[in-house]
Amino acid sequence: MPCTEFSPSIFTRPVYADLVSRGAAPAIMLADGDGAEALIDLVARDASVMEQAHVMFIPLATNHGARLKALGAPSYHESPSFAACLERFQKALADARMGTSLYLAGTEGLIGQAMALAVAAGLAPGAIQAEHRGSIARRMQCVHCKGVTEAVTTDPFVCSHCGLTLFVRDHFSRRLGAFQGVCVDAETPGIVPPTQEIQP
Amino acid sequence: MTMQFNDETFRDDYTYRNSPEAIRRFPFPFDQDSYMYSVNLEPHAGGREGTPFNKRFDVDEHYVSEMRDRAITLADDPLRCQSLPHMELAGWDFLELVMDSKAEDYPDLFSLTKDGDRWHWVNRPLGIEQRFTFLDPTTLPCGPLEYITRQTQGDHALLDQREGNLWMDAGMVTSQADWSLDFDVGMNFFEWHAPVPKAHEMGIFQRALKFLLALPLSKPSRRLNWTLTVNPRLDTSPENYHKWGPEKRTVTPENVGAKQHLRVELQTLWRLPRSNAIAFPIRGYLASMEDLTTLPKWGRRLHRVLRDLPDELADYKGFTVNRPMIVDYLSKFDDGVPTSAGIYPDETGL
Repeated sequence: MPCTEFSPSIFTRPVYADLVSRGAAPAIMLADGDGAEALIDLVARDASVMEQAHVMFIPLATNHGARLKALGAPSYHESPSFAACLERFQKALADARMGTSLYLAGTEGLIGQAMALAVAAGLAPGAIQAEHRGSIARRMQCVHCKGVTEAVTTDPFVCSHCGLTLFVRDHFSRRLGAFQGVCVDAETPGIVPPTQEIQP
Repeated sequence: MTMQFNDETFRDDYTYRNSPEAIRRFPFPFDQDSYMYSVNLEPHAGGREGTPFNKRFDVDEHYVSEMRDRAITLADDPLRCQSLPHMELAGWDFLELVMDSKAEDYPDLFSLTKDGDRWHWVNRPLGIEQRFTFLDPTTLPCGPLEYITRQTQGDHALLDQREGNLWMDAGMVTSQADWSLDFDVGMNFFEWHAPVPKAHEMGIFQRALKFLLALPLSKPSRRLNWTLTVNPRLDTSPENYHKWGPEKRTVTPENVGAKQHLRVELQTLWRLPRSNAIAFPIRGYLASMEDLTTLPKWGRRLHRVLRDLPDELADYKGFTVNRPMIVDYLSKFDDGVPTSAGIYPDETGL
């Protein structure tokens, strides 16, 4: 499965390209689900990229772990969730030296959160790459209660915090690593359009 | 004190009213009978006496009540005022700009006395007296941006300039046309304008950014923007959309003239001296259709503009649902007579 192609949208809607090797420089690699295949493909193009890599992988019910580990990174770690991986990832960012590259691969929820943390930790935007693979579920911030609902696949959806029914905007905050959800029946309470699957 | 301040509300019972004088000085945004986006920037270097363009930071009869409404909104949601850590110096720059300007332009309302970095600020309309040390945040009750914008009408954004772009890294936003500072803080010029239709393709933002990056010190610029709002509500935020949204459906042919308001933003842009940031005050003015149609030129023109506006813009500005009623109401004030050039009404000495 190649990098996901999203339909044209507004400027803030993130778009992704294939990962490009920065060679044998120090690297932090974080992937979830089918994002593992983006890292495997990256190594197929340039094996040296693994020489100083710290790989963190969240399988999300895939079985790519063994193949990813076999790529031979000096440090390889699997976590059951992004939350479980958070401390380790932030430590890696804090320890990053000038010239460290960050490779992100997988779902938009993972990419958005990880990129926001990396920028906040002071990594230069040019040192960060992201390739989308797998689910097109979105990480949504409710503009009303500010709660974040993970892995949203429908539009509209119900905010998991305040219970309002929200429509899915393409407006994306890199600081929050989330798209914006806005009450869909604000003007006509109770009148909600039919639920649709989110499209790429 | 020469100016009388209204005691009025912008929520619940909506007692907001414009005096005849406030209507005459309203910054009507249409200089011709049709509207499309443009980079309509001009020097903010005064204007006709009595108009909102005349002073650097216009103070009008709504000042005290607007500041009270802001305090209510902030108590409910402190995230309406945010400043990323590197923006404090810009906050001081802006505080100085506002205090200097208001004390000079309205000496009967405000005064500022400086003894080195020890300053004494008096705001008579709000009953505030503050001695503080400039650039020492421990001497103010809150950060400099919050402090001065609790005393200055309009929303305010502070834009950091770096990497050939402008970044909205601080702001006080309690009376916005449906955008979220909390969501947009930290975005660059193209990102926070992303939801605006058409203008990107027209190259509006590329040209505007190029102009703003070269904005010189002491040469502020201004432009007008507008939207429509049901009821004289300042807090038309996305945060509270589920609370004010239902009000949009309460317009009827009988009440449209009183309920439907034109909301005009006088946007000014100021280079700040120490931080090299840009201050971006967005000063809002509200007038009902009834107010505006007391001036025949404005009634005629508003009818033509709203009738002929592209659907996409009416959608973006959020009044598609009420548009037929508004246009029908305004048509009664349009006899087809040609209108004179420019924004000012024909009847007044402005």
